[in-house]
Amino acid sequence: MSQTHAIESRTDTLTGTGIPSGRLGVWWFLASEIILFGGLIGTFILFRHGNPEWVAAAEHLSLTIGTINTFVLLTSSLTIVMAFAAVDKGDSRRMRTWLFLTILLGFVFLGIKAFEWSTEIGAGFIPSTGGFWSFYYAMTGLHALHVMAGIVINTILFISAVLDRLKPHEYRIELAGLYWHFVDIVWIFLFPLLYLA
Amino acid sequence: MSDSVTGKAPPEAHPHHTDLGFWRTYVFSTDHKTIAKQYLAIGLFWAIVGGLLAYLMRWQLAYPETAVPGFGWVPEPHMVDGIIPPEFYNMLITMHGTVMVFFVAMPILLGAFGNFLIPLMIGAQDMAFPRLNMLSVWVLAFSSVVLLVSFFVPGGAAASGWTAYAPLSAKAVYTGVDWGQNLWIIALALEFASFLMGGVNFLTTAINMRAPGLSLFRLPLMVWMELTAAVLFLLSVGPLIAGAVMLLLDRLAGTSFFLPEGGGHPLLWQHLFWFFGHPEVYVIMLPGMGAALEILPVFSRKPIFGYRPIVYSTIAAGILSFVVWAHHMFPSGLDPRLAMPFSFTTILISIPFAIIVFAMIATLWGGSIRFPTPMLYALGTLAVFIVGGLTGIFNGSAPADIYIHDTYFVVSHFHYTLFSAVFFGGFAGIYYWFPKMFGRMMNETLGKIHFWLTFIFFNAVFFPMFFLGAGGMMRRIYNPLQYEFLQSLQPLNVFITYAAIVLFLGQLPFVVNFFWSLWAGKKAEQNPWEANTLEWTTPSPPPHGNFEAIPVVYRGPYEYSLPEVSEDWLPQDRPVEPRPVPAG
Repeated sequence: MSQTHAIESRTDTLTGTGIPSGRLGVWWFLASEIILFGGLIGTFILFRHGNPEWVAAAEHLSLTIGTINTFVLLTSSLTIVMAFAAVDKGDSRRMRTWLFLTILLGFVFLGIKAFEWSTEIGAGFIPSTGGFWSFYYAMTGLHALHVMAGIVINTILFISAVLDRLKPHEYRIELAGLYWHFVDIVWIFLFPLLYLA
Repeated sequence: MSDSVTGKAPPEAHPHHTDLGFWRTYVFSTDHKTIAKQYLAIGLFWAIVGGLLAYLMRWQLAYPETAVPGFGWVPEPHMVDGIIPPEFYNMLITMHGTVMVFFVAMPILLGAFGNFLIPLMIGAQDMAFPRLNMLSVWVLAFSSVVLLVSFFVPGGAAASGWTAYAPLSAKAVYTGVDWGQNLWIIALALEFASFLMGGVNFLTTAINMRAPGLSLFRLPLMVWMELTAAVLFLLSVGPLIAGAVMLLLDRLAGTSFFLPEGGGHPLLWQHLFWFFGHPEVYVIMLPGMGAALEILPVFSRKPIFGYRPIVYSTIAAGILSFVVWAHHMFPSGLDPRLAMPFSFTTILISIPFAIIVFAMIATLWGGSIRFPTPMLYALGTLAVFIVGGLTGIFNGSAPADIYIHDTYFVVSHFHYTLFSAVFFGGFAGIYYWFPKMFGRMMNETLGKIHFWLTFIFFNAVFFPMFFLGAGGMMRRIYNPLQYEFLQSLQPLNVFITYAAIVLFLGQLPFVVNFFWSLWAGKKAEQNPWEANTLEWTTPSPPPHGNFEAIPVVYRGPYEYSLPEVSEDWLPQDRPVEPRPVPAG
């Protein structure tokens, strides 16, 4: 117990609680992210409540596009879970495929979102048009930034998997998955609040 | 937990792996001790800037609209031949607060002490995520550069108060500051990102990487304080990050989140700011008190009084700190029905802090007290905090607060609390852990001169401010002489200014001592203060990887003057064998 230990081992698999450090760290990070979006969403709900006329502005959003995008993002949550399941089975090839699909769906989501924004801006609805639009752009914009960050993380994992460097760190797919699910869940809150309410 | 910790060493923290070259060793280091020193350097640099800003303000308050000695070189339109125009004064109050809270207090108390002490005190070889740690300090460095640049852009630095109240902060025309305020928001957002990463690292490290036998209730109180601070920061900063984004959009994209004319609400900013801002007070306070709590038992040669009550009080204060924020908003148009519950929680929060203060005093009771510089500063933390805490009760009750809010009473109150944590607590920590950090002792004589100058002139500066506040002097006033009823208070303002100048110059012995000791101080032994906690079981300074062998912990951190051992201290990692023959 008290000799010098120089065993090659990852810091982030070191643990005193049974929870791997990586997972613990990601959960703490997500806790702060929940507060971030919680503050923003809570503020929106209060303002939306105080401004019933915002419903007219909300009607200009395309429910079809929003629904399709919700479907895309939910599917990407499934694909990253499949990637993680493939890690569990030791199937690196499938893991890469599912991870690639996740990245692709992330891009599809952003592409659709960009198209949606550009039609809205084209119709004259910019952030300064009114309170609803300010919140709409702030909330979906901040969410889109999180999607981008997720794509970057997943891409880093994908590239290191392709270069065959991920092998000892495959549990990181789980960590990326936790974050990706969180981004998905935020959207699950944004979609009904902005498009349906 | 014990078995799963042992046997695994992070590759970054390999004890024999020191041939990393200059850049990896000193600049882009993943070693928590080097990163701690980098935080300390950033914090001390900004402390000088923050002090100079205070000097400029004090000169203006003592001798309004006269040339400030030594500042004739500042170009127009900032200053005119050394005279401070009102807009520049607004910038001074804003940047003094911003710098001191976000770029001095947090880097020193969390960045430097947290990084240095958490792994050493829990018997770990490094932080849980060493590279994330390096990223945190570099994001903070970048944020510092952004803030520094904001002083030099056209229009100058932010001038809407350190709280950046909207709508003043939401439109450039209101303060005449355009990019200064934008950069202020960006610098703060980066700073928050840096400490978010740091907080995740602190929590994961202290939860997961404790040495075998180091249960939560054997943790040194400093670790508890850093942990609570990290949780408070992580769970409170989110809404303000969202708020910062919204404020930036108001300024740049023409939205109206905080602008009433566009349907927004200025009070929204205050809620978002203070929901973070009040826990932030404790983010700063707790580590400062933690330093004092570590030092008091060591130099009283006595166990800490009420270890568990202190821990529970800390947690209670942490939880309560999330439901007191609106006491900053009593006079700002808040629904008066809300003032009552917030007064209640605010006064409630003084109970856990009173428990901690009483525990500190009781620790001293009957001890064999020694008075080296760290102990003087720890006692200073205690003494100064008591004044700050007691005056807080006035501010906490809405009826009293409405009169004293935005007067110098509040200025004095929060300097008594924050100066006690940041400077008394910070200096206590620096004098105490300097031998461990740099392997050399600091000079005692210079240290004591520094303490007495700081203690006496701190009180000379801030105690009279209570009278200024009670006399009605407004908090952010540019020229007190423009009101007749304040003119009789002017001699007090002049006195405060001279005391402040001596207080500022009184830091010179510290600077000299710091740098002189760095190179020429007496070589420090492993455990110069004869303390129990694990950081003193490693060489001074600890090598890369900290511990030759992961220590095994047998007891709590404050077992001083036990009858079972001949010395009056007993390190946490030393097993005690039963004495064959009873002593005496």
